[in-house]
Amino acid sequence: MSSHAEEAVHVGANISTFTKVWIALLVMTGIEVLLAYEQVPTMIMLTVLLGLSIIKAALIIAYFMHLKFEKLSLFLTLFPMLIFCIVLMLIFLGDAVRIPNMRPPA
Amino acid sequence: MSSHASAVSPAGSVWEGGQSPYATNSKKFGMWLFLISDSLTFSAMLFAYTYSRVTNPDWPKPFDFSPAIIFSTVMTFCLLSSSLTMVLAVHSMNHGDRKATVRWILATMVGGGAFVVLHMSEWLKLINVEHVTALNNPWGVPLFGGTFFALTGLHMTHVICGLIYLAIIATGVGRGKFKAEDVEVSGLYWHFVDLVWMFIFPLVYLMSARVG
Repeated sequence: MSSHAEEAVHVGANISTFTKVWIALLVMTGIEVLLAYEQVPTMIMLTVLLGLSIIKAALIIAYFMHLKFEKLSLFLTLFPMLIFCIVLMLIFLGDAVRIPNMRPPA
Repeated sequence: MSSHASAVSPAGSVWEGGQSPYATNSKKFGMWLFLISDSLTFSAMLFAYTYSRVTNPDWPKPFDFSPAIIFSTVMTFCLLSSSLTMVLAVHSMNHGDRKATVRWILATMVGGGAFVVLHMSEWLKLINVEHVTALNNPWGVPLFGGTFFALTGLHMTHVICGLIYLAIIATGVGRGKFKAEDVEVSGLYWHFVDLVWMFIFPLVYLMSARVG
Protein backbone atom coordinates (compact mmCIF):
# COMPACT_ATOMS: atom_id res chain seq x y z
CA MET A 1 0.00 0.00 0.00
CA SER A 2 2.74 2.42 0.99
CA SER A 3 4.79 1.59 -2.11
CA HIS A 4 1.70 2.24 -4.20
CA ALA A 5 1.19 5.61 -2.46
CA GLU A 6 4.82 6.50 -3.19
CA GLU A 7 4.32 5.69 -6.87
CA ALA A 8 1.15 7.76 -7.00
CA VAL A 9 3.01 10.80 -5.66
CA HIS A 10 5.48 10.69 -8.53
CA VAL A 11 2.88 10.67 -11.28
CA GLY A 12 2.95 13.61 -13.69
CA ALA A 13 5.60 15.69 -11.96
CA ASN A 14 9.30 15.98 -12.72
CA ILE A 15 12.04 18.53 -12.20
CA SER A 16 12.06 19.79 -15.78
CA THR A 17 8.31 20.56 -15.60
CA PHE A 18 8.79 22.47 -12.34
CA THR A 19 11.67 24.45 -13.83
CA LYS A 20 9.59 25.33 -16.90
CA VAL A 21 6.75 26.55 -14.68
CA TRP A 22 9.20 28.64 -12.63
CA ILE A 23 10.61 30.22 -15.82
CA ALA A 24 7.08 30.93 -17.08
CA LEU A 25 6.25 32.62 -13.76
CA LEU A 26 9.42 34.75 -13.96
CA VAL A 27 8.69 35.77 -17.57
CA MET A 28 5.13 36.83 -16.67
CA THR A 29 6.46 38.81 -13.70
CA GLY A 30 8.92 40.48 -16.08
CA ILE A 31 6.08 41.45 -18.43
CA GLU A 32 4.15 42.94 -15.49
CA VAL A 33 7.13 45.03 -14.40
CA LEU A 34 7.67 46.19 -17.99
CA LEU A 35 4.02 47.34 -18.15
CA ALA A 36 4.54 49.35 -14.96
CA TYR A 37 7.67 50.96 -16.45
CA GLU A 38 5.83 51.89 -19.67
CA GLN A 39 2.99 53.49 -17.63
CA VAL A 40 0.23 51.83 -19.67
CA PRO A 41 -3.29 53.39 -19.24
CA THR A 42 -4.87 52.31 -15.93
CA MET A 43 -7.70 50.09 -17.17
CA ILE A 44 -5.53 48.21 -19.70
CA MET A 45 -2.82 47.84 -17.05
CA LEU A 46 -5.29 46.52 -14.46
CA THR A 47 -6.84 44.04 -16.91
CA VAL A 48 -3.50 42.67 -18.09
CA LEU A 49 -2.05 42.51 -14.57
CA LEU A 50 -5.09 40.68 -13.20
CA GLY A 51 -5.13 38.31 -16.19
CA LEU A 52 -1.44 37.46 -15.74
CA SER A 53 -1.88 37.08 -11.97
CA ILE A 54 -4.72 34.60 -12.45
CA ILE A 55 -2.61 32.59 -14.93
CA LYS A 56 0.32 32.64 -12.48
CA ALA A 57 -1.92 31.56 -9.59
CA ALA A 58 -3.34 28.74 -11.74
CA LEU A 59 0.18 27.52 -12.62
CA ILE A 60 1.26 27.56 -8.96
CA ILE A 61 -1.90 25.71 -7.85
CA ALA A 62 -1.79 23.16 -10.69
CA TYR A 63 1.91 22.27 -10.65
CA PHE A 64 3.61 23.46 -7.45
CA MET A 65 0.60 22.64 -5.26
CA HIS A 66 0.04 19.47 -7.27
CA LEU A 67 -3.71 19.99 -7.73
CA LYS A 68 -3.51 18.96 -11.41
CA PHE A 69 -2.54 15.47 -10.28
CA GLU A 70 -5.16 15.17 -7.52
CA LYS A 71 -8.66 13.77 -7.96
CA LEU A 72 -11.12 16.08 -9.69
CA SER A 73 -13.44 15.82 -6.67
CA LEU A 74 -10.88 17.70 -4.52
CA PHE A 75 -10.79 20.59 -7.01
CA LEU A 76 -14.59 20.64 -7.30
CA THR A 77 -15.02 20.72 -3.53
CA LEU A 78 -12.58 23.57 -2.94
CA PHE A 79 -12.52 25.98 -5.86
CA PRO A 80 -15.97 26.73 -7.36
CA MET A 81 -17.23 28.13 -4.04
CA LEU A 82 -14.02 30.09 -3.50
CA ILE A 83 -14.30 31.74 -6.92
CA PHE A 84 -18.03 32.38 -6.34
CA CYS A 85 -17.38 34.09 -2.97
CA ILE A 86 -14.60 36.26 -4.41
CA VAL A 87 -16.80 37.33 -7.33
CA LEU A 88 -19.61 38.15 -4.87
CA MET A 89 -17.34 40.70 -3.15
CA LEU A 90 -17.09 42.64 -6.41
CA ILE A 91 -20.78 43.62 -6.10
CA PHE A 92 -19.74 46.44 -3.78
CA LEU A 93 -17.33 48.03 -6.29
CA GLY A 94 -20.19 49.99 -7.87
CA ASP A 95 -20.57 51.83 -4.56
CA ALA A 96 -16.85 52.70 -4.55
CA VAL A 97 -17.24 54.33 -7.99
CA ARG A 98 -20.21 56.39 -6.72
CA ILE A 99 -18.50 57.83 -3.61
CA PRO A 100 -15.98 60.19 -5.37
CA ASN A 101 -18.95 61.87 -7.13
CA MET A 102 -20.54 62.62 -3.76
CA ARG A 103 -17.62 64.78 -2.63
CA PRO A 104 -18.41 68.49 -2.20
CA PRO A 105 -16.53 70.63 -4.75
CA ALA A 106 -13.20 71.84 -3.39
CA MET B 1 -4.62 -2.13 -4.58
CA SER B 2 -6.43 -3.95 -7.40
CA SER B 3 -7.88 -6.49 -4.94
CA HIS B 4 -8.99 -3.58 -2.74
CA ALA B 5 -10.66 -1.87 -5.69
CA SER B 6 -12.46 -5.01 -6.79
CA ALA B 7 -13.81 -5.55 -3.26
CA VAL B 8 -16.20 -2.64 -3.64
CA SER B 9 -18.62 -2.08 -6.46
CA PRO B 10 -17.42 0.86 -8.58
CA ALA B 11 -20.82 2.50 -9.05
CA GLY B 12 -21.88 4.59 -6.06
CA SER B 13 -19.27 3.03 -3.82
CA VAL B 14 -18.00 6.38 -2.54
CA TRP B 15 -21.45 7.11 -1.13
CA GLU B 16 -21.42 3.98 0.99
CA GLY B 17 -18.66 5.43 3.18
CA GLY B 18 -15.43 3.85 4.35
CA GLN B 19 -13.52 5.32 1.40
CA SER B 20 -11.49 8.42 0.75
CA PRO B 21 -13.40 10.37 -1.90
CA TYR B 22 -10.46 12.75 -2.41
CA ALA B 23 -7.81 9.99 -2.34
CA THR B 24 -5.72 12.18 -0.08
CA ASN B 25 -4.62 12.07 3.54
CA SER B 26 -6.36 14.08 6.26
CA LYS B 27 -3.42 16.45 6.88
CA LYS B 28 -3.31 17.51 3.24
CA PHE B 29 -7.06 17.96 3.05
CA GLY B 30 -7.00 19.95 6.31
CA MET B 31 -4.29 22.23 4.91
CA TRP B 32 -6.31 22.75 1.71
CA LEU B 33 -9.36 23.76 3.77
CA PHE B 34 -7.24 26.21 5.78
CA LEU B 35 -5.74 27.68 2.61
CA ILE B 36 -9.16 28.18 1.05
CA SER B 37 -10.39 30.06 4.13
CA ASP B 38 -7.15 32.04 4.21
CA SER B 39 -7.56 33.01 0.56
CA LEU B 40 -10.97 34.45 1.44
CA THR B 41 -9.30 36.57 4.14
CA PHE B 42 -6.71 37.86 1.68
CA SER B 43 -9.37 38.39 -1.00
CA ALA B 44 -11.37 40.50 1.45
CA MET B 45 -8.30 42.59 2.31
CA LEU B 46 -7.32 43.04 -1.34
CA PHE B 47 -10.91 44.04 -2.03
CA ALA B 48 -10.82 46.55 0.86
CA TYR B 49 -7.63 48.01 -0.63
CA THR B 50 -9.20 48.24 -4.11
CA TYR B 51 -12.42 49.74 -2.73
CA SER B 52 -10.50 52.40 -0.77
CA ARG B 53 -8.41 53.18 -3.83
CA VAL B 54 -11.40 53.66 -6.14
CA THR B 55 -13.18 55.91 -3.59
CA ASN B 56 -10.09 58.14 -3.31
CA PRO B 57 -9.16 59.71 -6.67
CA ASP B 58 -6.12 61.32 -4.98
CA TRP B 59 -4.70 57.90 -4.00
CA PRO B 60 -0.90 58.24 -3.76
CA LYS B 61 1.68 56.54 -5.99
CA PRO B 62 4.53 56.28 -3.52
CA PHE B 63 6.65 53.66 -5.30
CA ASP B 64 9.39 55.05 -7.55
CA PHE B 65 10.35 52.60 -10.29
CA SER B 66 13.91 52.84 -9.07
CA PRO B 67 14.47 51.71 -6.35
CA ALA B 68 11.07 50.67 -4.87
CA ILE B 69 9.66 48.65 -7.81
CA ILE B 70 13.03 47.07 -8.62
CA PHE B 71 13.33 46.22 -4.93
CA SER B 72 9.89 44.55 -4.82
CA THR B 73 10.68 42.72 -8.09
CA VAL B 74 13.74 41.21 -6.40
CA MET B 75 11.47 40.24 -3.47
CA THR B 76 9.12 38.53 -5.95
CA PHE B 77 12.07 36.70 -7.50
CA CYS B 78 13.15 35.46 -4.04
CA LEU B 79 9.65 34.17 -3.26
CA LEU B 80 9.16 32.52 -6.68
CA SER B 81 12.55 30.83 -6.48
CA SER B 82 11.84 29.63 -2.94
CA SER B 83 8.69 27.98 -4.31
CA LEU B 84 10.83 26.08 -6.83
CA THR B 85 13.23 24.92 -4.12
CA MET B 86 10.26 23.84 -1.98
CA VAL B 87 8.92 21.74 -4.85
CA LEU B 88 12.38 20.15 -5.13
CA ALA B 89 12.33 19.45 -1.37
CA VAL B 90 8.99 17.62 -1.73
CA HIS B 91 10.37 15.79 -4.78
CA SER B 92 13.49 14.67 -2.85
CA MET B 93 11.39 13.52 0.12
CA ASN B 94 9.16 11.48 -2.20
CA HIS B 95 12.33 9.73 -3.38
CA GLY B 96 13.39 9.11 0.22
CA ASP B 97 16.43 11.42 0.08
CA ARG B 98 16.24 13.13 3.47
CA LYS B 99 19.57 14.98 3.21
CA ALA B 100 18.60 16.60 -0.08
CA THR B 101 15.18 17.43 1.39
CA VAL B 102 16.76 19.31 4.29
CA ARG B 103 19.09 21.18 1.88
CA TRP B 104 16.20 22.24 -0.37
CA ILE B 105 14.08 23.32 2.62
CA LEU B 106 17.01 25.40 3.89
CA ALA B 107 17.34 26.97 0.42
CA THR B 108 13.61 27.77 0.60
CA MET B 109 14.12 29.41 3.97
CA VAL B 110 16.97 31.52 2.57
CA GLY B 111 14.60 32.79 -0.16
CA GLY B 112 11.84 33.46 2.38
CA GLY B 113 14.29 35.10 4.78
CA ALA B 114 15.61 37.39 2.03
CA PHE B 115 12.02 38.35 1.23
CA VAL B 116 11.30 39.30 4.86
CA VAL B 117 14.53 41.33 5.20
CA LEU B 118 13.89 43.24 1.95
CA HIS B 119 10.25 43.77 2.87
CA MET B 120 11.14 45.12 6.31
CA SER B 121 13.62 47.61 4.80
CA GLU B 122 10.89 48.66 2.34
CA TRP B 123 8.53 49.27 5.28
CA LEU B 124 11.16 51.18 7.24
CA LYS B 125 11.84 53.43 4.24
CA LEU B 126 8.11 54.17 3.90
CA ILE B 127 7.78 54.89 7.64
CA ASN B 128 11.00 56.89 8.18
CA VAL B 129 11.59 58.62 4.84
CA GLU B 130 8.08 59.01 3.38
CA HIS B 131 6.45 59.38 6.84
CA VAL B 132 3.68 56.90 6.11
CA THR B 133 1.99 55.29 9.12
CA ALA B 134 -1.12 53.12 9.44
CA LEU B 135 -3.16 56.21 10.36
CA ASN B 136 -1.57 59.09 8.46
CA ASN B 137 0.62 60.08 5.51
CA PRO B 138 1.79 63.24 3.72
CA TRP B 139 -0.70 62.79 0.85
CA GLY B 140 -3.78 63.13 3.08
CA VAL B 141 -5.15 59.67 2.28
CA PRO B 142 -4.94 57.81 5.62
CA LEU B 143 -6.59 54.71 4.12
CA PHE B 144 -3.47 54.13 2.02
CA GLY B 145 -1.32 53.41 5.08
CA GLY B 146 -4.08 51.45 6.81
CA THR B 147 -4.80 49.11 3.92
CA PHE B 148 -1.16 48.86 2.76
CA PHE B 149 0.26 47.90 6.16
CA ALA B 150 -2.65 45.58 7.01
CA LEU B 151 -2.37 43.71 3.71
CA THR B 152 1.41 43.45 3.41
CA GLY B 153 1.72 42.96 7.19
CA LEU B 154 -0.64 39.98 7.17
CA HIS B 155 1.30 38.54 4.24
CA MET B 156 4.65 39.08 5.98
CA THR B 157 3.23 37.38 9.11
CA HIS B 158 2.38 34.40 6.91
CA VAL B 159 5.93 34.33 5.51
CA ILE B 160 7.45 34.47 9.03
CA CYS B 161 5.08 31.70 10.25
CA GLY B 162 6.07 29.73 7.14
CA LEU B 163 9.77 30.11 8.00
CA ILE B 164 9.13 28.77 11.52
CA TYR B 165 7.01 25.92 10.09
CA LEU B 166 9.75 25.01 7.58
CA ALA B 167 12.44 25.16 10.29
CA ILE B 168 10.46 22.65 12.36
CA ILE B 169 9.93 20.38 9.34
CA ALA B 170 13.60 20.60 8.27
CA THR B 171 14.81 19.77 11.80
CA GLY B 172 12.41 16.82 12.03
CA VAL B 173 13.28 15.46 8.59
CA GLY B 174 17.00 15.73 9.42
CA ARG B 175 16.40 13.63 12.57
CA GLY B 176 14.51 10.95 10.66
CA LYS B 177 11.06 12.10 11.76
CA PHE B 178 8.11 13.12 9.54
CA LYS B 179 6.87 11.45 6.38
CA ALA B 180 6.77 12.63 2.76
CA GLU B 181 3.19 13.85 3.27
CA ASP B 182 4.30 16.21 6.08
CA VAL B 183 6.83 17.90 3.79
CA GLU B 184 4.20 18.09 1.05
CA VAL B 185 1.69 19.75 3.40
CA SER B 186 4.28 22.36 4.49
CA GLY B 187 4.99 22.89 0.77
CA LEU B 188 1.30 23.60 0.15
CA TYR B 189 1.41 26.35 2.77
CA TRP B 190 4.60 27.86 1.34
CA HIS B 191 3.26 27.91 -2.22
CA PHE B 192 0.12 29.62 -0.98
CA VAL B 193 2.20 32.43 0.53
CA ASP B 194 3.89 32.79 -2.87
CA LEU B 195 0.51 32.72 -4.63
CA VAL B 196 -0.90 35.55 -2.49
CA TRP B 197 2.12 37.70 -3.32
CA MET B 198 1.34 37.15 -7.04
CA PHE B 199 -1.74 39.33 -6.43
CA ILE B 200 -0.33 41.81 -3.90
CA PHE B 201 2.74 42.66 -6.02
CA PRO B 202 0.84 43.83 -9.15
CA LEU B 203 -2.19 45.34 -7.40
CA VAL B 204 -0.41 47.19 -4.61
CA TYR B 205 3.06 47.88 -6.02
CA LEU B 206 2.91 47.91 -9.83
CA MET B 207 -0.41 49.81 -9.98
CA SER B 208 1.20 52.50 -7.78
CA ALA B 209 4.49 52.75 -9.69
CA ARG B 210 5.92 56.19 -10.37
CA VAL B 211 8.29 56.58 -13.32
CA GLY B 212 10.58 59.57 -13.75
